[in-house]
Amino acid sequence: MKRDLLGLKTLSADEIDSILQSAIRMKNSILNDNKKNANLQGKSVVTLFYENSTRTRTSFELAGKYLGAIVANVPVASSSVAKGENLIDTVKTLDAMATDVLVVRHSMSGAVDLIAKNVNASVINAGDGMNEHPTQALLDMLTILEKKGRIDGLKVAILGDVAHSRVARSNIYGLTKLGAKVSVGGPVTMLPPGMEKMGVSVFNSVQEAMIDADVVMNLRLQLERQRSGLFPTMREYSRFFGVDDRRIKFAKPDAIILHPGPVNRGVELTTSVVDSKNSCINEQVTNGVAVRMAVLDMLTKRSVSE
Amino acid sequence: MRILIKGGRVIDPKNNIDRVTDVYLDKGVISEIGDDINYELEGLELEVIDATGKIVVPGLIDMHCHLRDPGFEYKETIETGTMSAAMGGFTSIACMPNTKPVVDNAAIITYIKEKAKEVGKVNVYPIGAITKGQKGEELAEIGEMKFAGVVAISEDGKTVKNPVLMRHALEYAGMFDTTVIAHCEDMDLVDGGCMNEGYMSTSLGLRGITRAAEEVVIARDILLSEITGVGIHIAHVSTRGGMNLVRDAKKRGVKVTCETCPHYFTLTEEAVAGYNTNAKMNPPLRTEDDVKAICEGLADGTIDAIATDHAPHHIDEKNCEFARAANGIVGFETAFGLSYTYLVKPGILTLDELIKKFTVNPAKILGLGKGSLSEDARADIMIFDTDEEYEVHVDEFKSKAKNSPYDGFKLLGKVLYTIVSGKIVVSQGILL
Repeated sequence: MKRDLLGLKTLSADEIDSILQSAIRMKNSILNDNKKNANLQGKSVVTLFYENSTRTRTSFELAGKYLGAIVANVPVASSSVAKGENLIDTVKTLDAMATDVLVVRHSMSGAVDLIAKNVNASVINAGDGMNEHPTQALLDMLTILEKKGRIDGLKVAILGDVAHSRVARSNIYGLTKLGAKVSVGGPVTMLPPGMEKMGVSVFNSVQEAMIDADVVMNLRLQLERQRSGLFPTMREYSRFFGVDDRRIKFAKPDAIILHPGPVNRGVELTTSVVDSKNSCINEQVTNGVAVRMAVLDMLTKRSVSE
Repeated sequence: MRILIKGGRVIDPKNNIDRVTDVYLDKGVISEIGDDINYELEGLELEVIDATGKIVVPGLIDMHCHLRDPGFEYKETIETGTMSAAMGGFTSIACMPNTKPVVDNAAIITYIKEKAKEVGKVNVYPIGAITKGQKGEELAEIGEMKFAGVVAISEDGKTVKNPVLMRHALEYAGMFDTTVIAHCEDMDLVDGGCMNEGYMSTSLGLRGITRAAEEVVIARDILLSEITGVGIHIAHVSTRGGMNLVRDAKKRGVKVTCETCPHYFTLTEEAVAGYNTNAKMNPPLRTEDDVKAICEGLADGTIDAIATDHAPHHIDEKNCEFARAANGIVGFETAFGLSYTYLVKPGILTLDELIKKFTVNPAKILGLGKGSLSEDARADIMIFDTDEEYEVHVDEFKSKAKNSPYDGFKLLGKVLYTIVSGKIVVSQGILL
């Protein structure tokens, strides 16, 4: 049976933990300037991004290359998708080229599940609509694990536009499975219904959500949400929901600050917070490569039963 | 052709019949209902159906379906759609106007009626659009359509957004004594949503549709019906709030009727799990509480009719990203079994009440003069079994489409015979 990584919702705590442990080993190898690991020698990885991305796509590409895989990127704008080919036909074509791993980002929730059902290659979800972005959550969790030494029992505040965020969903699934206490905070227009059932505490004020937090994770505010009437102006958003030097004091003094990037400086986070000593935003990027190496390695490993 | 249906339990709500007896059909009409009928007249062909242990009812009437013909024959045609209807026990069906071109003038109505006469297995009654091209700008030729044979007008699939135009549509249709069927959906409130808004939509990362999107338009259309004094029929009610609005309106004497569909009392939004596009409908599947409210509405008579909203689609329109997938399911071939299994078996409705919602009530709303076993009525009859469990296999559907969330469901209430105007169309569960 082929294996996919479609989301953290369906993974067990043990599976998540083993990816994180593997990622720590991968990180050591790349930091020790040993970027020619041969685990994926002879394997092919194709990235298919239906939405723009620089960091995630590059991170997957480098992760594949560091492991010795052949990596090809399909730029959707110039592919046959632009000629109106349907999704299943496109991925079946790539599958027919003996692709081992297909890394996909798509604007519609569930699209990556659909792809996984239609190809033989292992599929990695690099973000689907508002559903999941599992490798982002894994890199966030790796960063937390490194800085705090554990995840179990920590308090994590996820702030901002939770409703439209696949990063938030994957983090909620992953963090709660590993025993963290998650609270979400933001304007009511950006918090989706039924979140309590996902095991999180919900607040309409970022201060309350941040009280005694060990980790403050701020989401990127999509500017087009203003036009949808979800908030009046950037100015008002930043005044009531932005995290600045004053508000960050509601969290624990040693709380780390995470953000999936790119940051709107002065909106969801002030520059002083982004550049503070507790900010781990650049560390997250390094960990992104390590986590993606671990995931690629895990999915291409032959299982014992084979 | 003469047909004698022997020894079945005959239920005819309109004539208060519920007993084991015989039904004799001659020259396409119901000739006699009586015990131990024996017509062994020599030289005349007589088909005897042994209905012992089975239930004999007026042919079912579906007041809401989509036959896709003209324009979307790759999804369904009048021929395949009526085959599917016959398999489901329906003898009369009313088809919605969202074809291509839209049913908004007499010529297309004539086409549908002629085509149905030529290749149809059951009686087909077209429903015309409220506005030209379903564009919501100008009234369609309602009077002409009425004379060409529409049984109702509806913008189904859309709401007439402009309330002034909807008001005029009601007033104008009232003048021609034409039933108006309202599809209630505020597209601004839908806001790009593709399933019910709640925990499931949050968990799947799909944009949710608030129940208010349906309910504000139900409320609006009830009020418009009230000020104009013209009756309105609300299509496919799916929420508790919608149910309450209709119940309250009926209490204060508004001429409002409504229908629901089997999926709104048999499934919840949970069916969408795994991005199951066969569970994508409009209105969307709701919650356990809404299902309960729909059952209450069925039981207390707030809901007058059960309609299928038969909505066949091509596999490519369902085997795709959830947000892009088409809305709706194949309805004819599972509607009765689902209703019997989920409503009569648990005691929510009596058999008599169920049959009413599938026959006399929709016939009355559409003014069809059908839905009973009265003497000299057209011999439209359905016979079904209540004992033997059967499994739904979508591959066996006679509809061109297979989009159904009920594949593998085990149901009771299998349709054995469908008789249309004295002609056996389905016999022993097989389409002739």
